[in-house]
Amino acid sequence: MTRPLLAVEHVGMRFGGLFAVNDLSFEAGQGEITAVIGPNGAGKTTLFNCITGFYKPQVGRMTLSHPDGASFLLERLDDHVITRRARVARTFQNIRLFAKMSVLENLMVAQHKRLMAASLFSVAGLLGLGRYRNAERDAVELARHWLERVDLLDFADVEAGSLPYGHQRRLEIARAMCTGPLLLCLDEPAAGLNPRESAELNVLLRSIRDRDGIGLLLIEHDMSVVMEISDRVVVLDYGRKIAEGTPAQVKGDPAVIRAYLGEPDDAETGRPPC
Amino acid sequence: MRGPVRDAALAAFVAAALALPMLGFRLVDSASGLTLAGRFDLVAWAAGLVFAGRLGLRLLGGLLPSLPALPAPPARLGDMRRHAGWALTAFALVLPFLPFADRNLVDKATLVLIYVMLGWGLNIVVGLAGLLDLGFVAFYAVGAYSYALLSQTFGLSFWVCLPLAGLFAALFGLVLGFPVLRLRGDYIAIVTMGLGEIIRVVLQNWQDVTGGPNGITGIERPSLFGLSFKATAPEGQRTFAEFFGLEFSGDHRVIFLYFLILALALATNLFTLRIRRLPVGRAWEALREDEIACRSLGINPTMVKLSAFALGAMFAGFAGSFFATRQGFISPESFTFHESAVILAIVVLGGMGSQIGIVLAALLLVGLPEWFRELQQFRMLAFGGAMVLIMLWKPAGLLSRRDPTIRLGDAG
Repeated sequence: MTRPLLAVEHVGMRFGGLFAVNDLSFEAGQGEITAVIGPNGAGKTTLFNCITGFYKPQVGRMTLSHPDGASFLLERLDDHVITRRARVARTFQNIRLFAKMSVLENLMVAQHKRLMAASLFSVAGLLGLGRYRNAERDAVELARHWLERVDLLDFADVEAGSLPYGHQRRLEIARAMCTGPLLLCLDEPAAGLNPRESAELNVLLRSIRDRDGIGLLLIEHDMSVVMEISDRVVVLDYGRKIAEGTPAQVKGDPAVIRAYLGEPDDAETGRPPC
Repeated sequence: MRGPVRDAALAAFVAAALALPMLGFRLVDSASGLTLAGRFDLVAWAAGLVFAGRLGLRLLGGLLPSLPALPAPPARLGDMRRHAGWALTAFALVLPFLPFADRNLVDKATLVLIYVMLGWGLNIVVGLAGLLDLGFVAFYAVGAYSYALLSQTFGLSFWVCLPLAGLFAALFGLVLGFPVLRLRGDYIAIVTMGLGEIIRVVLQNWQDVTGGPNGITGIERPSLFGLSFKATAPEGQRTFAEFFGLEFSGDHRVIFLYFLILALALATNLFTLRIRRLPVGRAWEALREDEIACRSLGINPTMVKLSAFALGAMFAGFAGSFFATRQGFISPESFTFHESAVILAIVVLGGMGSQIGIVLAALLLVGLPEWFRELQQFRMLAFGGAMVLIMLWKPAGLLSRRDPTIRLGDAG
């Protein structure tokens, strides 16, 4: 049996007395979009920070398995090692681009690992050797490929900070993809997008799943995105998993409805949906 | 009407409070010893002038023209800047041979170039990597003392010591870089300032090795491929003047030192321009923009920060050993915090990350005060005034526009 791309087992993360994530287990497969949803404060972003190494969970295990058989215990690795070796990339809830650098430069920074090796830690690069120049050309080609995919080719030489919000979101996804990930973690990619932009986002995320064959892990509030593109949905509330399944299964789950809409006090004065 | 008057009265009160201790009292040396004389008329004048000026400004402020705008930069500024760079380089190359160039001018140009080189070195740390380093002079000192001690203890020549001095300074950069790795922004500034002072205090007190406050004298002067610039060559060597059949002149050494620092500074510039386009350089700038995003892209911030610290320090080390060989004498007094502040001011005024801006700022901050020494105490006033004007006109520095390191279609 093949191992899933990401297996999260009994992960717990405590801040003081508060369990932000509590005994959480789920799996995310390759070539699948797994959405993590839940009300505000359910622990979704904390979970992401644990997977990408920005937090260290106190208990539990997170295993990332590559198709070639290599596997990594994410809770033991530093954040930058997780991206570099375990090949997990992420975006942020509040966009974190290199605002003063150009769009293309943002994508070049994402290919740091490969370019650094090709430049022999800058020695070959300083001497202008062909080996580095070829690597740089390849890197620009990859960047161009992703600029086309996210429809930003015309903005390649523009300062990233000057792009409109929706473009910045797409650029951040392109930048994460330029690191060559096997698992892409997206923290609310549709936040602040208008309906047309979020429809385009759906197309982009589907194409990443189908064309690149990698796994996507997605935190999202926008149900039109979640229900339309997710293969599996994991629902969190107060740090615990309360439901898991296909979008259709989750939508009808009474526990999920309770978490989102609250428990009716009695039949007459049930709290209105917010 | 009441508002402006109250405002002007308040300003006059502040002026009077400041003027009282500064202008109001004077020590008079009389027969009975030192006595304190009051000069309260001056205080009244100061307060009155400030009152009138402030009131006038408030009432007529709308009528005064606002600060004239600088001419808009031409659209093809990038190209112009490249040309300006070549033009400045060419000018620097012929400077010592121009008719008006005397020994004094070349000497001052050498001093400016030392600061240009230090500015370019610090620019790697502050301008590119965004690590506010207030102790940069420590590496300058390490370079200077490395050369002085190596040359006096082991009799090594300047050309052997130069790379060694750079290496030592880079090692110090690594060592001093470690404590500041976990810090950001202002905290880095405070810690690096402390580390810079520690180095100076060590130099001052380690009498056996560094000579303490007396410094090190009689440091070996550099030679050109074994040709010395002394009046008479030591055993088995020839002097520069003999070799080229010139009459001996002290100017030869001054001009040689000028070209030496010019070459060192240009090498620094070339290095910076190249490394900016390499992955390390881009990682430095990315780190300045957002460290968390860097980590999410698999960049190890520790390595990036340390490399910036070490490389910046290396150039300070080169500059330091040049300083030692030019002066022939070094002491801890040359490496005070004031130097760090001047170098940082050069980088900030130049517009963080701009190479030509740093040249202009060095001319302004080091060159002008040197030329206007005749103005005596007023030169610091002019210096402060110039800085205020720059901050009003160009809050981001003289040249703050940034060119991308790569454009789509460039590589190919």
